[in-house]
Amino acid sequence: MSLAASTRWRQPSILPGFGLAFGTTLTALCLIVLIPLTALMLRAAGAGWADIVAIASSPRTLAALRLSFGAALIAALVNTVFGLLIAWILVRYEFPGRRLIDAAVDLPFALPTAVAGISLSAIYAPNGWVGSFANQLGFQIAYTPLGVMVALIFIGLPFVVRSVQPVLAESERSIEEAAALLGASRLRTVFRVILPAVAPAVLTGFVLAFARAVGEYGSVIFIAGNIPMVSEIAPLLIVIKLEQFDYAGAAVIGMMMLIVSFVMILVLNLVQAWGRERLGHV
Amino acid sequence: MSVSITIEHAHKQFSTYPALRDVSLRVKQQELVALLGPSGSGKTTLLRAIAGLEELDQGRVFFDTTDMRSLSLRDRRIGFVFQSYALFKHMTVFENIAFGLRARPRHDRPGSAEIRKRVGDLLDLVQLAGLEKRFPTQLSGGQRQRVALARALAIEPSVLLLDEPFGALDAKVRKDLRGWLRELHERTGQTTVFVTHDQEEALELADKVAILNQGVIEQIGSPDAVYDMPENAFVCEFLGEANKLPVHVAGGQAFFDDAPIFGGIGLNRSGPASLYVRPQHIKLADNGPLSLPGIVERIRRNGAVRRLEVAVRGYAKRVELDLASSVAPAIGERVSMKFTSAHIF
Repeated sequence: MSLAASTRWRQPSILPGFGLAFGTTLTALCLIVLIPLTALMLRAAGAGWADIVAIASSPRTLAALRLSFGAALIAALVNTVFGLLIAWILVRYEFPGRRLIDAAVDLPFALPTAVAGISLSAIYAPNGWVGSFANQLGFQIAYTPLGVMVALIFIGLPFVVRSVQPVLAESERSIEEAAALLGASRLRTVFRVILPAVAPAVLTGFVLAFARAVGEYGSVIFIAGNIPMVSEIAPLLIVIKLEQFDYAGAAVIGMMMLIVSFVMILVLNLVQAWGRERLGHV
Repeated sequence: MSVSITIEHAHKQFSTYPALRDVSLRVKQQELVALLGPSGSGKTTLLRAIAGLEELDQGRVFFDTTDMRSLSLRDRRIGFVFQSYALFKHMTVFENIAFGLRARPRHDRPGSAEIRKRVGDLLDLVQLAGLEKRFPTQLSGGQRQRVALARALAIEPSVLLLDEPFGALDAKVRKDLRGWLRELHERTGQTTVFVTHDQEEALELADKVAILNQGVIEQIGSPDAVYDMPENAFVCEFLGEANKLPVHVAGGQAFFDDAPIFGGIGLNRSGPASLYVRPQHIKLADNGPLSLPGIVERIRRNGAVRRLEVAVRGYAKRVELDLASSVAPAIGERVSMKFTSAHIF
């Protein structure tokens, strides 16, 4: 029975400053993340059980949540494919304007989301450049769930590109040469050798893009049209509740978003950790 | 099944410098050839050109009598071991070795039982049985090297190419693997070319050593031939150690500071030249004809022998020689050196 060992809650380390660093981290985390979230939880709990159930199960809330998470998921998937492609092109090919495209990838980060939203809706509205084409083909982009996705794709794009790019750049050329000399076709090399190696980075990019898309507000409200039950996202519903001084209702929806997001991100992180253990790196 | 390799007039230009300049080389069936040279000499470029990983600007590579370019990458049957091993990190040892078999077109892909058997045999061959479920990151450097080799051998290559196969390993493991590779080659008999900058490795392992310098093959021959009969100053200086003395050649003798120090030189040579003599080819002797006097400055232990550094008047550096006997002169003693063998360039 080694009491000393069981009460040791941290591994001894030769790196000094654990106490200070850990204390600062904990304080910052509390002030910035934990206390506000706790306040949110308390506010939601303050609504009373019956109200919570009523708000949480109201069709409008469920539709908004479904749209928010569904559109975010699809947008993140689209971004995964295109982000991977863009990262691939930026890393593997030399072409004029490469640096320009490389820089342009970051623009969705830098642009105020409202600006993005307004320009997107101008282009995708039925009388806009792209929107008018779509209109002729018989469907509408702006002011529908499709518009929500367009906005979410726009703001999430940099995440996948920036997560994958460094890993792809680091992957050795000799790995591909080895596969080719062993007789693998190009397709097999890409799908069996290159992509599995960047998969953890792709997953990271996916999680980031997804998380960002779930919480996005500014760019979406301009292009979504915000029709209740159709193109109204959950963050907007929260703002609407706030404007009606229904703080508890807003808190309940916020809480639901928080829980769903947390569970999804946790699961993805566990997948990530499992992969890392298997590969011993990345 | 092994083939001969013929390289004809290979020329390769990189953006600023030529990596290969009109290189021709013939590797016989089942031969083990080392490409040896300092870094930047073009040896890796030549190896990659044989594999078809590097496109030659001019020249051709033949496997037996077939132009390599007329064969698809798969049909070339090249086993290539990269310096960095280039193992697939997300695959187990088993999957790495089986990769080449599974990548075959369906009609000539072995069944999974057959693949298991073949991989098992290869694991035995490279002495890694029991590690098939490990991932490359869970292996030591020497083990990774052997996985890379097994993976290359799995496709039953007709040519085995190794790029600095032991470059990243520590001295002890290198030595073990060297002997093991030699044995493996005797057993499997693939035509093998390997690149190294380690002359000891090249001389010990290879049937033939090609010494490259600045994109040109300076000399090619058996280890004994290149070591004992270097054709030029570069080979002589690059292989082993040599003292370089400025001499004047006349009448079949080399003169240092107007005194003859070495004889038996072909009479067609005369004029200023450099005399190269290896430390083990200098003996201490009594004063006499054809000897070089000097004063012992330092004595060091150098493995099995003692290394003497002797100061010679009129020579800025010190002449180094190896003394195998247990009797050694004292520091400061006057000695007289006789050269048993030397090269004039």
